[in-house]
Amino acid sequence: MISANKVNKSFGKLKVLNEVSFTSNSGQCIALIGPNGCGKTTFIKCVLGMVVPDTGTITVMGKDVASGWQYRSEVGYMPQVGRYPENMQIGQVIEMLTDIRQSNKTIDDDLISAFALKALYHKRMRTLSGGTMQKVSAAIAFLFGASVLILDEPTAGLDPVASEILKEKVLAEKARGKLILITSHILSELDELISDIVYMQDGSILLYKTLNALKEETGETKLSRAIAQIMTNKPS
Amino acid sequence: MIKIIKYILLDILRNKMVLGYAVFLFAITFTVFSLEDSTQKGLLSMLNLVLFIVPLVSVIFSTIYVYNSSEFIELLVSQPLKRSSIWLSIFVGLAGALSLAFFAGAGLPMLFYEPSPTGLMLLLMGLLISVIFVAIAMLAAVHTRDKAKGIGFAILLWIYFSLLFDGLVLFLLFQFADYPLEKAMIGISALNPIDLGRILVLLKMDVSALMGYTGAVFKEFYGTDKGLIVSLSVMVLWIALPLLYSLKKFNRKDL
Repeated sequence: MISANKVNKSFGKLKVLNEVSFTSNSGQCIALIGPNGCGKTTFIKCVLGMVVPDTGTITVMGKDVASGWQYRSEVGYMPQVGRYPENMQIGQVIEMLTDIRQSNKTIDDDLISAFALKALYHKRMRTLSGGTMQKVSAAIAFLFGASVLILDEPTAGLDPVASEILKEKVLAEKARGKLILITSHILSELDELISDIVYMQDGSILLYKTLNALKEETGETKLSRAIAQIMTNKPS
Repeated sequence: MIKIIKYILLDILRNKMVLGYAVFLFAITFTVFSLEDSTQKGLLSMLNLVLFIVPLVSVIFSTIYVYNSSEFIELLVSQPLKRSSIWLSIFVGLAGALSLAFFAGAGLPMLFYEPSPTGLMLLLMGLLISVIFVAIAMLAAVHTRDKAKGIGFAILLWIYFSLLFDGLVLFLLFQFADYPLEKAMIGISALNPIDLGRILVLLKMDVSALMGYTGAVFKEFYGTDKGLIVSLSVMVLWIALPLLYSLKKFNRKDL
């Protein structure tokens, strides 16, 4: 449902994305991993149309990202660091987004109730702790029943209970045949979630395999071990 | 798009700045008109205030607002909304709020004391200049990522239009005093919306005789209906060009 074709992006002299090509289909749950600054977030922002690629095309559900905007009603996005209008209350932000998106699908407020956000609805965004902000971001990402979910480091800053709730939710959505794209540095928690793995370094995709194939090739049972082996044996 | 405008207007009005600006204008307008015994004189004082304060408040408030709502813009961009409609909604919200503040603060007392063609012209110029400087502020804000730099740039633009430009024109006039510059002055005055506004109001006041031969040339051109239409179109261009250029920039901007 997401496909990228030879996407390039530079910020000044720094080349962030280098000929990135990538395809994915519904039902996949893809982990996007790689060292800091390898272009994961930039790639995600390109998919969302927040960053405009220099060359190359990205399509989401067959629609070109550069020319359209309607495709974003099928995308739920949880940013790495949530940034919201500071003097709005949680309830107002959620209400506003519901009003703007006007999706005819039913509102999926599982996470709002699971995180007990209703009790915090009157709090202003600027007073929230990092973890609560992440909860709000997660709840918004899942709110509109989008068929593509993009989660940028979803569990960073969440307490163990909350990250367990979020993982359950991701598994449930995966079972419904949605495409889920997750970036994370905590490999152990990805093990049970993902079906495929993408490893990026210096703006290029070095590896794109299913989890099972990767484990078979390396002979490891844990994702972290398998990745460690790939990274050390990497042909230079 | 109407929904985004609604949220932006609500957000601006929640900010007490605009309300304060309206109250300030209201107080000044009332004071000026009660101090002067002839309303014509009051109008002249108002003209200088309007051409000085309105662009300043408009340009600074808009620039700061655009920078402060970067989170809001980021949130909206990741939603199924067209980038152009987000940017245009911000423009409509800002222009609407500031024009409304000017109309309520300065326009209503002006209509009360001096409902003449001159008063109406001054009101129209105030509204147009509010909107023009919102467009210029949005251009400054989209151009630089750094907030301090962007606000500095906006203030610089205001200084250029309200102070430096007149100095440059005077310099030109003195340097080329031997040549007939009167016709050229019409073209040059179109390069500054504040000057254009001042000329249009002064011509309505029938004090153009004070401006010498150039004033007569101005009167001959701007005093006619055709001249009025041309100059109003130039002011609309002053809104449209910065706005369209900033829109083009915003559509390619990385957030």
